[in-house]
Amino acid sequence: MTYTAAEMMTVAAARALTNTDICFVGIGLPSAACNLARLTHAPRLTLVYESGTLETRPNVLPLSIGDGELCETALTTVSVPEMFQYWLQGGRITVGFLGGAQVDRFGNLNSTVVGDYRSPKVRLPGSGGATEIATACQRIYIVMRHNPRAFVERLSFQTSLGHGPTGRERRALGVTTEGPVLLVTDLCTMRPDEETNEFQVVTLHPGVTDGQVRENTGWPIRFAARIDETPAPTAEELTALRDLNERTARAHGVTAGE
Amino acid sequence: MADLLTLPEAVSSYVRSGHSVALEGFTHLIPFAAGHEIIRQGLTDLTLIRMTPDLIYDQMIGCGCAKKLVFSWGGNPGVGSLHRLREAVEKGWPRPLEIEEHSHSAMAHAYAAGAAGMPCAVFRGYRGSDLAKVNPRISSITCPFTGETLSAVPSLRPDISIVHAQKADRAGNVLVAGIVGVQKEAVLAAKRAIVTVEEIVDDLGTTGSNATVLPSWTVTAVVLAPGGARPSYAHGYYARDNAFYTAWDGISRDRDRFRQWIDANVMRVPSAAGRSGA
Repeated sequence: MTYTAAEMMTVAAARALTNTDICFVGIGLPSAACNLARLTHAPRLTLVYESGTLETRPNVLPLSIGDGELCETALTTVSVPEMFQYWLQGGRITVGFLGGAQVDRFGNLNSTVVGDYRSPKVRLPGSGGATEIATACQRIYIVMRHNPRAFVERLSFQTSLGHGPTGRERRALGVTTEGPVLLVTDLCTMRPDEETNEFQVVTLHPGVTDGQVRENTGWPIRFAARIDETPAPTAEELTALRDLNERTARAHGVTAGE
Repeated sequence: MADLLTLPEAVSSYVRSGHSVALEGFTHLIPFAAGHEIIRQGLTDLTLIRMTPDLIYDQMIGCGCAKKLVFSWGGNPGVGSLHRLREAVEKGWPRPLEIEEHSHSAMAHAYAAGAAGMPCAVFRGYRGSDLAKVNPRISSITCPFTGETLSAVPSLRPDISIVHAQKADRAGNVLVAGIVGVQKEAVLAAKRAIVTVEEIVDDLGTTGSNATVLPSWTVTAVVLAPGGARPSYAHGYYARDNAFYTAWDGISRDRDRFRQWIDANVMRVPSAAGRSGA
Protein backbone atom coordinates (compact mmCIF):
# COMPACT_ATOMS: atom_id res chain seq x y z
CA MET A 1 0.00 0.00 0.00
CA THR A 2 1.23 3.51 -0.73
CA TYR A 3 1.14 5.99 2.13
CA THR A 4 1.87 9.64 2.93
CA ALA A 5 4.69 11.09 5.03
CA ALA A 6 2.10 12.17 7.58
CA GLU A 7 0.78 8.60 7.86
CA MET A 8 4.34 7.31 8.31
CA MET A 9 4.85 9.80 11.15
CA THR A 10 1.65 8.82 12.98
CA VAL A 11 2.41 5.11 12.60
CA ALA A 12 6.01 5.51 13.83
CA ALA A 13 4.79 7.45 16.88
CA ALA A 14 2.06 4.90 17.62
CA ARG A 15 4.57 2.02 17.63
CA ALA A 16 6.43 3.55 20.61
CA LEU A 17 3.43 2.99 22.91
CA THR A 18 2.84 -0.27 24.79
CA ASN A 19 0.02 -2.05 26.62
CA THR A 20 1.49 -1.09 30.01
CA ASP A 21 1.76 2.64 29.29
CA ILE A 22 -0.46 5.24 30.91
CA CYS A 23 -0.33 8.03 28.40
CA PHE A 24 -1.22 11.74 28.77
CA VAL A 25 -2.52 12.70 25.34
CA GLY A 26 -2.50 16.05 23.55
CA ILE A 27 -4.81 16.99 20.67
CA GLY A 28 -3.80 16.59 17.03
CA LEU A 29 -0.89 14.37 16.04
CA PRO A 30 -0.44 12.83 19.53
CA SER A 31 -4.14 11.93 19.76
CA ALA A 32 -4.08 10.20 16.37
CA ALA A 33 -0.93 8.24 17.28
CA CYS A 34 -2.22 7.18 20.70
CA ASN A 35 -5.56 5.97 19.37
CA LEU A 36 -3.90 4.17 16.47
CA ALA A 37 -1.71 2.30 18.99
CA ARG A 38 -4.82 1.33 20.96
CA LEU A 39 -6.55 0.10 17.78
CA THR A 40 -3.55 -1.98 16.65
CA HIS A 41 -0.74 -3.43 18.77
CA ALA A 42 -1.58 -1.97 22.21
CA PRO A 43 -5.30 -2.52 22.97
CA ARG A 44 -4.72 -2.18 26.73
CA LEU A 45 -2.91 1.17 26.44
CA THR A 46 -4.41 3.61 28.96
CA LEU A 47 -5.20 7.07 27.59
CA VAL A 48 -5.68 10.11 29.81
CA TYR A 49 -6.75 13.53 28.51
CA GLU A 50 -6.29 16.72 30.52
CA SER A 51 -10.05 17.37 30.51
CA GLY A 52 -10.17 14.79 33.33
CA THR A 53 -11.11 11.71 31.33
CA LEU A 54 -9.32 8.61 32.65
CA GLU A 55 -8.97 5.46 30.56
CA THR A 56 -10.88 6.82 27.61
CA ARG A 57 -11.55 4.84 24.40
CA PRO A 58 -12.87 7.28 21.81
CA ASN A 59 -14.34 5.81 18.64
CA VAL A 60 -13.46 8.98 16.71
CA LEU A 61 -10.63 11.46 17.32
CA PRO A 62 -11.75 14.42 19.43
CA LEU A 63 -11.48 17.88 17.86
CA SER A 64 -10.96 19.46 21.27
CA ILE A 65 -9.40 18.13 24.44
CA GLY A 66 -12.82 18.02 26.09
CA ASP A 67 -15.14 16.53 23.46
CA GLY A 68 -18.10 14.59 24.84
CA GLU A 69 -16.78 11.46 23.11
CA LEU A 70 -13.88 11.36 25.60
CA CYS A 71 -16.17 11.48 28.62
CA GLU A 72 -18.72 9.02 27.24
CA THR A 73 -16.04 6.37 26.58
CA ALA A 74 -13.99 6.93 29.76
CA LEU A 75 -13.77 4.68 32.80
CA THR A 76 -14.38 7.82 34.86
CA THR A 77 -14.00 11.58 34.62
CA VAL A 78 -12.38 13.70 37.33
CA SER A 79 -12.19 17.48 37.71
CA VAL A 80 -9.38 19.40 36.04
CA PRO A 81 -7.69 20.36 39.35
CA GLU A 82 -7.77 16.69 40.38
CA MET A 83 -6.28 15.70 37.00
CA PHE A 84 -3.31 18.02 37.43
CA GLN A 85 -2.87 17.43 41.18
CA TYR A 86 -3.32 13.69 41.78
CA TRP A 87 -2.85 12.14 38.37
CA LEU A 88 -0.16 14.23 36.65
CA GLN A 89 1.77 15.79 39.57
CA GLY A 90 1.19 12.61 41.59
CA GLY A 91 3.41 10.72 39.15
CA ARG A 92 0.82 8.30 37.73
CA ILE A 93 1.62 8.94 34.05
CA THR A 94 4.31 6.93 32.22
CA VAL A 95 4.33 8.74 28.87
CA GLY A 96 3.51 12.30 27.90
CA PHE A 97 3.08 13.05 24.21
CA LEU A 98 3.97 16.61 23.22
CA GLY A 99 4.42 18.80 20.15
CA GLY A 100 4.99 22.50 19.67
CA ALA A 101 5.78 25.23 17.18
CA GLN A 102 9.53 24.93 17.79
CA VAL A 103 11.89 22.28 19.15
CA ASP A 104 15.64 22.50 19.68
CA ARG A 105 18.36 19.83 19.65
CA PHE A 106 17.76 18.98 23.33
CA GLY A 107 14.01 18.51 22.97
CA ASN A 108 13.07 21.82 24.62
CA LEU A 109 9.74 23.07 23.24
CA ASN A 110 8.18 26.42 22.40
CA SER A 111 4.41 26.77 22.11
CA THR A 112 4.17 30.38 23.36
CA VAL A 113 5.54 33.03 20.94
CA VAL A 114 7.77 33.47 17.92
CA GLY A 115 9.85 36.62 18.39
CA ASP A 116 9.90 38.76 21.51
CA TYR A 117 7.41 37.88 24.27
CA ARG A 118 6.22 41.50 24.76
CA SER A 119 5.85 42.25 21.04
CA PRO A 120 5.63 38.87 19.36
CA LYS A 121 5.84 38.21 15.65
CA VAL A 122 3.44 35.32 16.16
CA ARG A 123 1.39 34.77 19.29
CA LEU A 124 0.91 30.99 19.75
CA PRO A 125 -1.67 29.35 22.08
CA GLY A 126 0.71 28.91 25.03
CA SER A 127 1.48 26.15 27.50
CA GLY A 128 -1.82 24.52 28.26
CA GLY A 129 -0.79 21.40 30.13
CA ALA A 130 2.59 21.09 28.41
CA THR A 131 4.87 22.78 30.96
CA GLU A 132 4.06 20.33 33.75
CA ILE A 133 3.50 17.34 31.44
CA ALA A 134 7.13 17.84 30.35
CA THR A 135 8.46 17.34 33.88
CA ALA A 136 5.87 15.12 35.62
CA CYS A 137 5.55 12.18 33.18
CA GLN A 138 8.17 9.47 33.40
CA ARG A 139 9.07 9.86 29.71
CA ILE A 140 8.21 12.30 26.92
CA TYR A 141 7.68 11.48 23.26
CA ILE A 142 7.64 14.41 20.83
CA VAL A 143 5.89 14.29 17.47
CA MET A 144 6.29 17.20 15.02
CA ARG A 145 6.44 17.90 11.28
CA HIS A 146 10.03 18.38 10.19
CA ASN A 147 10.91 21.80 8.75
CA PRO A 148 13.58 24.43 9.44
CA ARG A 149 11.09 26.88 11.04
CA ALA A 150 10.16 24.26 13.62
CA PHE A 151 13.55 22.57 14.20
CA VAL A 152 15.54 25.58 15.33
CA GLU A 153 19.00 26.39 16.64
CA ARG A 154 17.51 28.60 19.36
CA LEU A 155 13.95 28.73 20.70
CA SER A 156 12.22 32.12 20.88
CA PHE A 157 10.74 30.98 24.19
CA GLN A 158 11.19 27.83 26.25
CA THR A 159 7.65 26.86 27.26
CA SER A 160 8.46 23.29 28.26
CA LEU A 161 11.70 21.81 29.50
CA GLY A 162 13.34 19.08 27.46
CA HIS A 163 16.90 18.36 28.52
CA GLY A 164 17.54 22.11 28.96
CA PRO A 165 19.49 24.69 26.93
CA THR A 166 22.78 22.76 27.33
CA GLY A 167 21.20 19.32 27.61
CA ARG A 168 22.02 18.99 31.32
CA GLU A 169 19.53 21.17 33.19
CA ARG A 170 16.96 18.63 34.36
CA ARG A 171 18.84 17.37 37.40
CA ALA A 172 19.93 20.86 38.46
CA LEU A 173 16.27 21.92 38.45
CA GLY A 174 15.33 19.00 40.69
CA VAL A 175 13.50 17.17 37.90
CA THR A 176 13.84 13.42 38.34
CA THR A 177 11.88 12.15 35.31
CA GLU A 178 13.60 11.11 32.07
CA GLY A 179 12.38 13.87 29.74
CA PRO A 180 12.22 13.53 25.95
CA VAL A 181 13.46 10.12 24.82
CA LEU A 182 11.94 9.98 21.33
CA LEU A 183 11.28 12.54 18.60
CA VAL A 184 9.20 11.37 15.63
CA THR A 185 8.88 13.48 12.47
CA ASP A 186 7.57 12.95 8.96
CA LEU A 187 11.17 12.25 7.84
CA CYS A 188 12.82 10.25 10.61
CA THR A 189 12.93 9.18 14.24
CA MET A 190 15.49 10.58 16.69
CA ARG A 191 16.73 9.64 20.16
CA PRO A 192 18.95 11.61 22.54
CA ASP A 193 22.66 10.77 22.71
CA GLU A 194 23.36 8.92 25.98
CA GLU A 195 26.14 11.32 27.00
CA THR A 196 25.03 14.73 25.71
CA ASN A 197 21.23 14.32 25.45
CA GLU A 198 21.42 15.88 21.95
CA PHE A 199 18.84 14.36 19.63
CA GLN A 200 20.32 12.36 16.76
CA VAL A 201 18.69 10.56 13.88
CA VAL A 202 18.36 6.81 14.48
CA THR A 203 16.01 5.79 11.64
CA LEU A 204 15.11 7.37 8.30
CA HIS A 205 11.64 6.75 6.91
CA PRO A 206 11.66 4.77 3.62
CA GLY A 207 12.80 6.93 0.69
CA VAL A 208 14.08 9.79 2.89
CA THR A 209 17.74 10.85 2.48
CA ASP A 210 20.03 12.24 5.16
CA GLY A 211 20.31 15.38 2.99
CA GLN A 212 16.57 15.99 3.32
CA VAL A 213 16.82 15.78 7.10
CA ARG A 214 19.77 18.22 7.11
CA GLU A 215 17.91 20.71 4.89
CA ASN A 216 14.89 20.63 7.18
CA THR A 217 16.77 21.01 10.47
CA GLY A 218 17.92 24.42 11.68
CA TRP A 219 21.00 23.11 13.48
CA PRO A 220 23.82 20.81 12.26
CA ILE A 221 21.91 17.59 12.89
CA ARG A 222 23.85 14.51 14.06
CA PHE A 223 23.25 10.98 12.87
CA ALA A 224 23.75 7.87 15.02
CA ALA A 225 26.65 5.57 14.11
CA ARG A 226 24.15 3.12 12.69
CA ILE A 227 21.05 4.35 10.82
CA ASP A 228 18.21 1.93 10.12
CA GLU A 229 15.24 2.37 7.85
CA THR A 230 11.95 2.91 9.71
CA PRO A 231 9.77 -0.10 8.83
CA ALA A 232 7.08 1.06 6.39
CA PRO A 233 3.50 1.15 7.69
CA THR A 234 1.81 -2.25 7.42
CA ALA A 235 -1.52 -2.73 5.68
CA GLU A 236 -3.11 -3.31 9.09
CA GLU A 237 -1.72 -0.03 10.49
CA LEU A 238 -2.76 1.97 7.43
CA THR A 239 -6.25 0.50 7.35
CA ALA A 240 -6.79 1.20 11.05
CA LEU A 241 -5.51 4.78 10.70
CA ARG A 242 -7.58 5.55 7.60
CA ASP A 243 -10.72 4.06 9.13
CA LEU A 244 -10.17 6.18 12.24
CA ASN A 245 -9.67 9.33 10.14
CA GLU A 246 -12.76 8.55 8.04
CA ARG A 247 -14.92 8.01 11.12
CA THR A 248 -13.56 11.25 12.55
CA ALA A 249 -14.22 13.26 9.38
CA ARG A 250 -17.80 11.95 9.25
CA ALA A 251 -18.35 12.82 12.91
CA HIS A 252 -16.92 16.36 12.76
CA GLY A 253 -17.39 17.36 9.15
CA VAL A 254 -13.65 18.15 9.31
CA THR A 255 -10.45 16.14 9.69
CA ALA A 256 -8.87 16.06 13.15
CA GLY A 257 -5.24 15.03 13.49
CA GLU A 258 -3.69 13.18 10.62
CA MET B 1 -29.95 31.10 48.56
CA ALA B 2 -29.74 31.63 44.83
CA ASP B 3 -32.27 33.93 43.18
CA LEU B 4 -33.88 32.81 39.93
CA LEU B 5 -33.27 35.72 37.57
CA THR B 6 -33.33 36.44 33.85
CA LEU B 7 -29.97 36.71 32.12
CA PRO B 8 -30.17 40.52 31.66
CA GLU B 9 -31.18 40.88 35.32
CA ALA B 10 -28.37 38.66 36.57
CA VAL B 11 -25.66 40.37 34.49
CA SER B 12 -26.86 43.91 35.23
CA SER B 13 -27.20 43.13 38.96
CA TYR B 14 -23.85 41.48 39.52
CA VAL B 15 -21.32 42.24 36.75
CA ARG B 16 -19.70 45.68 36.70
CA SER B 17 -17.18 47.28 34.35
CA GLY B 18 -13.73 46.80 35.89
CA HIS B 19 -14.62 43.49 37.58
CA SER B 20 -12.47 40.40 37.44
CA VAL B 21 -14.70 37.81 35.78
CA ALA B 22 -14.23 34.07 35.27
CA LEU B 23 -16.51 32.40 32.71
CA GLU B 24 -15.36 28.80 33.11
CA GLY B 25 -16.11 25.44 31.48
CA PHE B 26 -13.35 23.24 30.08
CA THR B 27 -14.42 22.92 26.41
CA HIS B 28 -17.73 21.66 27.81
CA LEU B 29 -20.51 23.93 29.21
CA ILE B 30 -18.91 27.22 28.16
CA PRO B 31 -21.33 30.02 29.18
CA PHE B 32 -21.70 31.68 25.77
CA ALA B 33 -25.16 33.15 26.43
CA ALA B 34 -23.84 34.96 29.51
CA GLY B 35 -20.76 36.21 27.62
CA HIS B 36 -23.01 37.58 24.88
CA GLU B 37 -25.17 39.37 27.46
CA ILE B 38 -22.01 41.02 28.87
CA ILE B 39 -21.18 42.22 25.33
CA ARG B 40 -24.74 43.53 24.83
CA GLN B 41 -24.64 45.41 28.13
CA GLY B 42 -21.45 47.14 26.99
CA LEU B 43 -19.33 46.24 30.02
CA THR B 44 -15.67 47.23 29.71
CA ASP B 45 -12.31 47.13 31.51
CA LEU B 46 -12.95 43.56 32.63
CA THR B 47 -10.15 41.29 33.76
CA LEU B 48 -11.17 38.09 32.02
CA ILE B 49 -10.00 34.85 33.66
CA ARG B 50 -10.26 31.49 31.88
CA MET B 51 -7.89 28.55 31.39
CA THR B 52 -8.82 28.35 27.70
CA PRO B 53 -10.17 31.71 26.45
CA ASP B 54 -11.92 29.82 23.62
CA LEU B 55 -14.32 31.55 21.20
CA ILE B 56 -16.26 33.29 23.98
CA TYR B 57 -13.30 35.41 25.13
CA ASP B 58 -12.16 35.88 21.51
CA GLN B 59 -15.58 37.49 20.96
CA MET B 60 -15.49 39.56 24.18
CA ILE B 61 -11.90 40.71 23.52
CA GLY B 62 -12.79 41.62 19.92
CA CYS B 63 -15.71 43.70 21.26
CA GLY B 64 -13.39 45.63 23.58
CA CYS B 65 -14.77 44.27 26.88
CA ALA B 66 -11.39 43.32 28.36
CA LYS B 67 -8.38 45.23 29.65
CA LYS B 68 -6.59 42.10 30.90
CA LEU B 69 -6.65 38.37 30.26
CA VAL B 70 -5.49 35.67 32.69
CA PHE B 71 -5.16 32.38 30.80
CA SER B 72 -3.16 29.23 30.15
CA TRP B 73 -4.02 28.10 26.58
CA GLY B 74 -5.27 30.59 24.03
CA GLY B 75 -6.10 28.64 20.88
CA ASN B 76 -9.16 27.49 18.95
CA PRO B 77 -9.11 23.81 19.97
CA GLY B 78 -8.19 21.53 17.08
CA VAL B 79 -8.45 24.46 14.63
CA GLY B 80 -5.67 27.00 15.27
CA SER B 81 -5.40 30.55 16.56
CA LEU B 82 -7.87 32.84 18.28
CA HIS B 83 -7.51 35.74 15.84
CA ARG B 84 -9.21 38.43 17.96
CA LEU B 85 -6.96 37.56 20.92
CA ARG B 86 -3.90 37.55 18.65
CA GLU B 87 -4.75 40.91 17.11
CA ALA B 88 -5.28 42.44 20.57
CA VAL B 89 -1.88 41.12 21.73
CA GLU B 90 0.04 41.72 18.51
CA LYS B 91 -1.57 45.03 17.38
CA GLY B 92 -3.52 46.39 20.35
CA TRP B 93 -6.87 46.20 18.46
CA PRO B 94 -9.53 47.18 19.43
CA ARG B 95 -7.56 48.12 22.55
CA PRO B 96 -4.32 46.94 24.15
CA LEU B 97 -4.74 43.78 26.20
CA GLU B 98 -2.57 43.05 29.23
CA ILE B 99 -1.92 39.34 29.60
CA GLU B 100 -1.07 37.24 32.65
CA GLU B 101 -0.04 33.87 31.29
CA HIS B 102 0.13 30.60 33.20
CA SER B 103 0.15 26.85 32.61
CA HIS B 104 -3.01 24.76 33.02
CA SER B 105 -1.62 23.15 36.15
CA ALA B 106 -0.99 26.56 37.74
CA MET B 107 -4.51 27.86 36.97
CA ALA B 108 -6.16 24.64 38.14
CA HIS B 109 -4.20 24.83 41.40
CA ALA B 110 -4.98 28.59 41.70
CA TYR B 111 -8.75 28.01 41.41
CA ALA B 112 -8.58 25.19 43.96
CA ALA B 113 -6.61 27.48 46.31
CA GLY B 114 -9.20 30.21 45.81
CA ALA B 115 -12.00 27.79 46.65
CA ALA B 116 -10.07 26.77 49.77
CA GLY B 117 -9.70 30.38 50.89
CA MET B 118 -5.91 30.25 50.57
CA PRO B 119 -3.81 33.25 49.47
CA CYS B 120 -1.71 31.20 47.07
CA ALA B 121 -1.35 27.81 45.44
CA VAL B 122 1.78 25.73 45.97
CA PHE B 123 2.67 23.06 43.44
CA ARG B 124 5.49 21.43 41.53
CA GLY B 125 5.52 23.41 38.31
CA TYR B 126 7.17 25.77 35.85
CA ARG B 127 10.51 23.96 36.13
CA GLY B 128 12.73 25.06 33.27
CA SER B 129 9.95 27.19 31.72
CA ASP B 130 10.46 30.78 30.56
CA LEU B 131 6.90 31.55 31.74
CA ALA B 132 8.33 32.20 35.20
CA LYS B 133 10.62 34.88 33.67
CA VAL B 134 7.85 36.84 31.95
CA ASN B 135 5.08 36.58 34.56
CA PRO B 136 6.02 38.30 37.86
CA ARG B 137 3.09 36.55 39.57
CA ILE B 138 4.88 33.22 39.28
CA SER B 139 7.08 32.80 42.34
CA SER B 140 8.53 30.04 44.50
CA ILE B 141 8.45 28.87 48.09
CA THR B 142 10.62 26.47 50.05
CA CYS B 143 8.99 23.47 51.70
CA PRO B 144 9.74 23.86 55.44
CA PHE B 145 9.85 20.08 55.88
CA THR B 146 11.91 18.84 52.93
CA GLY B 147 13.64 21.98 51.64
CA GLU B 148 12.22 21.37 48.15
CA THR B 149 11.69 24.49 46.04
CA LEU B 150 8.07 24.62 44.86
CA SER B 151 6.18 27.01 42.60
CA ALA B 152 3.68 29.46 44.02
CA VAL B 153 1.03 31.52 42.25
CA PRO B 154 -1.64 33.76 43.79
CA SER B 155 -4.98 32.07 44.25
CA LEU B 156 -7.75 33.09 41.85
CA ARG B 157 -10.52 35.06 43.59
CA PRO B 158 -12.74 36.51 40.84
CA ASP B 159 -15.25 39.24 41.65
CA ILE B 160 -17.71 37.03 39.82
CA SER B 161 -17.64 33.56 38.28
CA ILE B 162 -20.18 32.50 35.67
CA VAL B 163 -20.65 28.86 34.69
CA HIS B 164 -23.22 26.90 32.71
CA ALA B 165 -24.68 23.62 34.05
CA GLN B 166 -27.24 21.00 33.10
CA LYS B 167 -29.89 21.66 35.69
CA ALA B 168 -30.97 23.43 38.82
CA ASP B 169 -33.86 22.63 41.12
CA ARG B 170 -36.38 25.27 42.21
CA ALA B 171 -34.37 25.98 45.35
CA GLY B 172 -31.36 26.88 43.16
CA ASN B 173 -29.18 23.81 43.79
CA VAL B 174 -27.14 23.08 40.67
CA LEU B 175 -26.03 19.80 39.05
CA VAL B 176 -22.93 19.70 36.81
CA ALA B 177 -22.23 16.43 34.94
CA GLY B 178 -19.78 15.09 32.37
CA ILE B 179 -16.47 16.93 32.02
CA VAL B 180 -16.78 19.09 35.14
CA GLY B 181 -13.61 21.10 34.49
CA VAL B 182 -13.03 23.77 37.11
CA GLN B 183 -16.68 24.86 37.48
CA LYS B 184 -16.97 23.95 41.15
CA GLU B 185 -13.66 25.58 42.08
CA ALA B 186 -14.45 28.72 40.02
CA VAL B 187 -17.81 29.15 41.79
CA LEU B 188 -16.43 28.52 45.28
CA ALA B 189 -13.41 30.81 44.65
CA ALA B 190 -15.50 33.82 43.56
CA LYS B 191 -17.15 36.54 45.64
CA ARG B 192 -20.37 35.94 43.67
CA ALA B 193 -21.48 33.35 41.13
CA ILE B 194 -24.07 33.20 38.37
CA VAL B 195 -25.04 29.78 36.99
CA THR B 196 -26.96 29.47 33.72
CA VAL B 197 -28.72 26.12 33.24
CA GLU B 198 -30.38 24.06 30.53
CA GLU B 199 -33.46 23.35 32.63
CA ILE B 200 -35.01 23.84 36.01
CA VAL B 201 -36.46 20.69 37.56
CA ASP B 202 -38.33 19.66 40.68
CA ASP B 203 -35.68 17.14 41.76
CA LEU B 204 -32.03 16.87 40.73
CA GLY B 205 -32.18 13.12 41.43
CA THR B 206 -28.77 13.15 43.08
CA THR B 207 -29.67 12.02 46.59
CA GLY B 208 -27.20 9.37 47.73
CA SER B 209 -24.87 9.86 44.77
CA ASN B 210 -21.51 11.59 44.50
CA ALA B 211 -22.61 13.88 41.69
CA THR B 212 -21.07 17.34 41.41
CA VAL B 213 -23.69 19.55 43.06
CA LEU B 214 -23.36 23.22 43.94
CA PRO B 215 -25.69 23.95 46.87
CA SER B 216 -27.92 26.99 46.32
CA TRP B 217 -26.17 28.83 49.17
CA THR B 218 -22.93 28.88 47.11
CA VAL B 219 -24.63 30.48 44.10
CA THR B 220 -25.84 34.08 43.84
CA ALA B 221 -28.18 33.73 40.85
CA VAL B 222 -29.52 30.89 38.72
CA VAL B 223 -30.65 31.69 35.18
CA LEU B 224 -32.62 29.46 32.84
CA ALA B 225 -30.72 29.62 29.54
CA PRO B 226 -31.44 26.59 27.35
CA GLY B 227 -28.78 26.25 24.66
CA GLY B 228 -26.69 28.73 26.67
CA ALA B 229 -23.46 26.81 26.07
CA ARG B 230 -23.73 26.63 22.26
CA PRO B 231 -21.55 26.28 20.18
CA SER B 232 -19.78 24.36 22.97
CA TYR B 233 -21.87 21.52 24.33
CA ALA B 234 -23.99 20.36 27.24
CA HIS B 235 -23.52 16.67 28.00
CA GLY B 236 -26.89 14.93 27.73
CA TYR B 237 -28.50 17.89 25.87
CA TYR B 238 -26.59 18.77 22.69
CA ALA B 239 -23.25 18.10 21.01
CA ARG B 240 -20.34 20.44 20.39
CA ASP B 241 -20.78 22.34 17.12
CA ASN B 242 -17.35 21.43 15.75
CA ALA B 243 -18.24 22.85 12.33
CA PHE B 244 -18.83 26.28 13.90
CA TYR B 245 -15.50 26.13 15.75
CA THR B 246 -13.89 25.48 12.36
CA ALA B 247 -15.91 28.25 10.66
CA TRP B 248 -14.92 30.72 13.39
CA ASP B 249 -11.38 30.69 12.01
CA GLY B 250 -12.60 32.45 8.84
CA ILE B 251 -15.15 34.71 10.56
CA SER B 252 -12.65 35.98 13.11
CA ARG B 253 -9.67 36.59 10.80
CA ASP B 254 -11.17 39.78 9.39
CA ARG B 255 -12.24 42.75 11.56
CA ASP B 256 -15.26 43.65 9.42
CA ARG B 257 -16.49 40.10 9.10
CA PHE B 258 -16.10 39.68 12.85
CA ARG B 259 -18.10 42.87 13.57
CA GLN B 260 -20.84 41.83 11.16
CA TRP B 261 -21.05 38.45 12.86
CA ILE B 262 -21.29 40.05 16.33
CA ASP B 263 -23.88 42.51 15.09
CA ALA B 264 -26.10 39.80 13.57
CA ASN B 265 -25.59 37.09 16.18
CA VAL B 266 -25.11 38.97 19.45
CA MET B 267 -26.23 42.62 19.30
CA ARG B 268 -29.45 42.10 17.36
CA VAL B 269 -30.45 39.00 19.25
CA PRO B 270 -32.81 39.68 22.14
CA SER B 271 -31.76 38.02 25.35
CA ALA B 272 -33.95 35.09 24.36
CA ALA B 273 -32.12 32.68 26.60
CA GLY B 274 -32.84 34.89 29.57
CA ARG B 275 -36.49 34.17 30.26
CA SER B 276 -37.21 33.65 33.89
CA GLY B 277 -37.31 30.09 35.10
CA ALA B 278 -39.55 30.77 38.04
